[in-house]
Amino acid sequence: MQNSFNNIIEKLNNHEVWDFPGGVFPAERKAMSNQTPIGKSSIPEHLYVTVKQHIGVEGHIIVEVGQKVLKGQALTKSMNPFAVPIHAPTSGEITAIQKHVSAHPSGLPELTVLITSDQQDKWTQLSPLVDYQNQPKMQVLATICDAGISGMGGAGFPTHIKSSPKKDLDFLIINGIECEPYITSDDRLMREHAWQIRQGIDVLCHLLNPKHVLIGIENNKPEAIEAMQVACRENPNYRVCSVPTKYPAGGEKQLIQVLTNREVPAQGLPVDVGVIMHNVGTCFAIADAIFAGKPLIERVVTVTGEAVGKPGNVWALIGSPLADLLTQGDYKQTLQSQPNIIMGGPMMGFSVTSDLVPVVKTTNCILAPTDSEMAGNNEQACIRCSACADACPASLLPQQLFWHAKAKELEKAQDYNLFDCIECGACAYVCPSEIPLVHYYRIAKSEVRIEQEEKQKSDKARDRFEKREARLIADQQARDEKHRLAAESRKQAMASNGNNAKDKIAAALARAKAKKQALSVADDKAIEPTAVAPANEAEQTAKLEAAEVSTKAASSNQRVQAAIARAKAKKAAAEARVSKPGREDENDAIDDKDNSIEEKQQDATFKTITAQPAKAQQDTQTELAISPVVIAPLNQEPDKAEIKQAQIAAAVAKAKAKREVQKIAKSQELPNQTSAAKVNNTVTESPVERLKTEEQQIEMKKRRIAAAVAKAKAKKATQKAVMSKEDKTL
Amino acid sequence: MSLSFAILTALLAIGLLALIFGVVLGFAAVKFKVESDPLVEQIDQILPQTQCGQCGFPGCKPYAQAIADGDEINKCPPGGDATIKKLADLMGVEAKSLDAAHGEEDIKKVAYIREDECIGCTKCIQACPVDAILGAAKQMHTVIADECTGCDLCVDPCPVDCIDMLPVANSTSSWRWDIDAIPIKQIG
Repeated sequence: MQNSFNNIIEKLNNHEVWDFPGGVFPAERKAMSNQTPIGKSSIPEHLYVTVKQHIGVEGHIIVEVGQKVLKGQALTKSMNPFAVPIHAPTSGEITAIQKHVSAHPSGLPELTVLITSDQQDKWTQLSPLVDYQNQPKMQVLATICDAGISGMGGAGFPTHIKSSPKKDLDFLIINGIECEPYITSDDRLMREHAWQIRQGIDVLCHLLNPKHVLIGIENNKPEAIEAMQVACRENPNYRVCSVPTKYPAGGEKQLIQVLTNREVPAQGLPVDVGVIMHNVGTCFAIADAIFAGKPLIERVVTVTGEAVGKPGNVWALIGSPLADLLTQGDYKQTLQSQPNIIMGGPMMGFSVTSDLVPVVKTTNCILAPTDSEMAGNNEQACIRCSACADACPASLLPQQLFWHAKAKELEKAQDYNLFDCIECGACAYVCPSEIPLVHYYRIAKSEVRIEQEEKQKSDKARDRFEKREARLIADQQARDEKHRLAAESRKQAMASNGNNAKDKIAAALARAKAKKQALSVADDKAIEPTAVAPANEAEQTAKLEAAEVSTKAASSNQRVQAAIARAKAKKAAAEARVSKPGREDENDAIDDKDNSIEEKQQDATFKTITAQPAKAQQDTQTELAISPVVIAPLNQEPDKAEIKQAQIAAAVAKAKAKREVQKIAKSQELPNQTSAAKVNNTVTESPVERLKTEEQQIEMKKRRIAAAVAKAKAKKATQKAVMSKEDKTL
Repeated sequence: MSLSFAILTALLAIGLLALIFGVVLGFAAVKFKVESDPLVEQIDQILPQTQCGQCGFPGCKPYAQAIADGDEINKCPPGGDATIKKLADLMGVEAKSLDAAHGEEDIKKVAYIREDECIGCTKCIQACPVDAILGAAKQMHTVIADECTGCDLCVDPCPVDCIDMLPVANSTSSWRWDIDAIPIKQIG
């Protein structure tokens, strides 16, 4: 159970505070830089404003190269709640938007807006929100967000998100601890601008409605404590708490523990224990944004270290390269055996890779130590002294973590709560073997993070892969289903059409017979569809098989055959010899053909046979009347097939009509139908055209009868072929 | 008399217990039946999901199935030694070095289409196992870098060889703290 509010107030009334476990007492070395007022740095010629300076996502750049910008003008914009904009720190021209070395331990280049200053330092139009108490909270939060304010203590969490909690607050804690050695920026800020910090606290109180405000300041800054006490005198709800100096009392969780004796849960946030914490620098920036409308474009930076001639604090524009600040601080590189500039404090900071690294919103200190200030890298084996465990403010077991981190046993390291490590460096500081423990933890943490990221990515890849497979299978099934349905509907249509065709044939035959009888034309036997020459059946079958073989032959072969057939047809027309009508049952012939197709042919091209000459007759007859070749390639699209079918039917009909005419003219001749196959449709057209010229002499009546019969037959034949194909596919 | 009674009671009691447990187990076997092979799922979780087919199987899941059926665990070059180690732990076999016949472990890469050379043939889109390539027929294609697994499968089908495999750029978020730590010491 967490410490009750009244308990805490009671203890604080007695000027007492709690303690956190562990902690170390490094040399403070703050007096180097906190003796002089905050200086004003000159405007650097080039400013490198990193686009992403906070935790969250960066905004979209809304300026372009060559554009003139005024001081305080926003450079990015975003609708994302976790994005805060960046602003031009001074007036000038945008000379580049490119990758530039970042204020990150890796020094990897990040997207940066490069502004060349015009030294005018001309402000853009500012819109303060002085009557914030009468404004809706959303408006105040929007102003804070638009001013680009993110936590200035170290992590850089967007302030407007931290200032809109969903839970009730007991305490708003203002962090003025500044526990790390060397750094004095918050110290000087409190001494000189306590009033404005209090204004910022007022704004936060308006937003957060805490029961009580605690301002925690280490007792090694008596001037700052006094200044804040004076500034907060009017409001009894604000309490300045003097906290015993111990590193890392300034850590969020540690300070909450010191002031309230409440412990933030491992995966939780301070708000879970009714506390929200803001840095004094952030409060100052909030006051700036609300009362002056100024965005966050400059901050106090401590430039210190033995290698700096004039250590002190300066107002540095965000985006100033470190080189500029160091030059102003009279940095003597000769005092260092090799260039070594640390951004942040000696406990938690990192060495920068270049002096062009820009100041960002979280940069509180630039440290240029001499060699004597820094220990050599002299790592030795762990002697299991457990000094690190005693020093750890998070009550972890650093030597176990070290052991597992070094062995890359990441799972075990996580079992020892690796991610509760605040990387304060207390363990490394006390280690007698000079093991850079935090360094190992950082590596392990980043590896765990990368592993998790890769795991996520591979899960996503698996998901995408499986979805794709499922989609492909579904597509295939849909296609098959479509084909099946199409085939079924075709079959149905054919069944009904087939009947119609039969009816039509019957009707046509009846009409033809009637007419013929009426006209007393010699023989109506010719169009009797059931006329069979049983004597020839055996030979017909043989011939059919031969035709099938030729069907499968190359198209050139087929063309040759067709040409021969045409020639023979012509000859037949010319000769006009009497021949006995021989006609086989077409249906039987087609069936035979289709059966063989089923057995032998896999492709989609089907040939129909319209007629077949009797082989026996070939001997007695010198000529053969061969109908044009008919092909019915069955495409997937029924439309095409229909068109083709119709064309074929027409062609066949014409050919037949021609033959009928010949037959009637000679009174005795009967057309013998033959089977042939062609892939090419053009072949069917040439005889058709040839026939056309002769058509004019044909008696129209007869031709129509014959055409109808032939058409019906052709249709039937194609349908049969289609059906056999379907049977096979089904 | 009492002895045989005791024996009978004991037999009955044990028989009854056996019956009860049998029923419970039988019920549990039906009620909590596991549909797929959990081992295959576990192996699939370990595999890197590049779906590259370098193992000789059409995707990671088939290889996971093959491993479960007793295939070698060292056929996955994208996973490398780390994956082999995890598979060895899971399968209770000894970790082997990567089988060179299936390729070598390489740095992480993503496909990149030189867009002005792309003719829009869609062949790479069909080859991509994770739908990470965007484009349409006769339109320029491009790779969604975040979704690309670096499997290489799109490179061969490209008729104009306009696909490069580029190493993934290191960023501050993927960086591994490989600098020396700042040494700290007590002064004065």
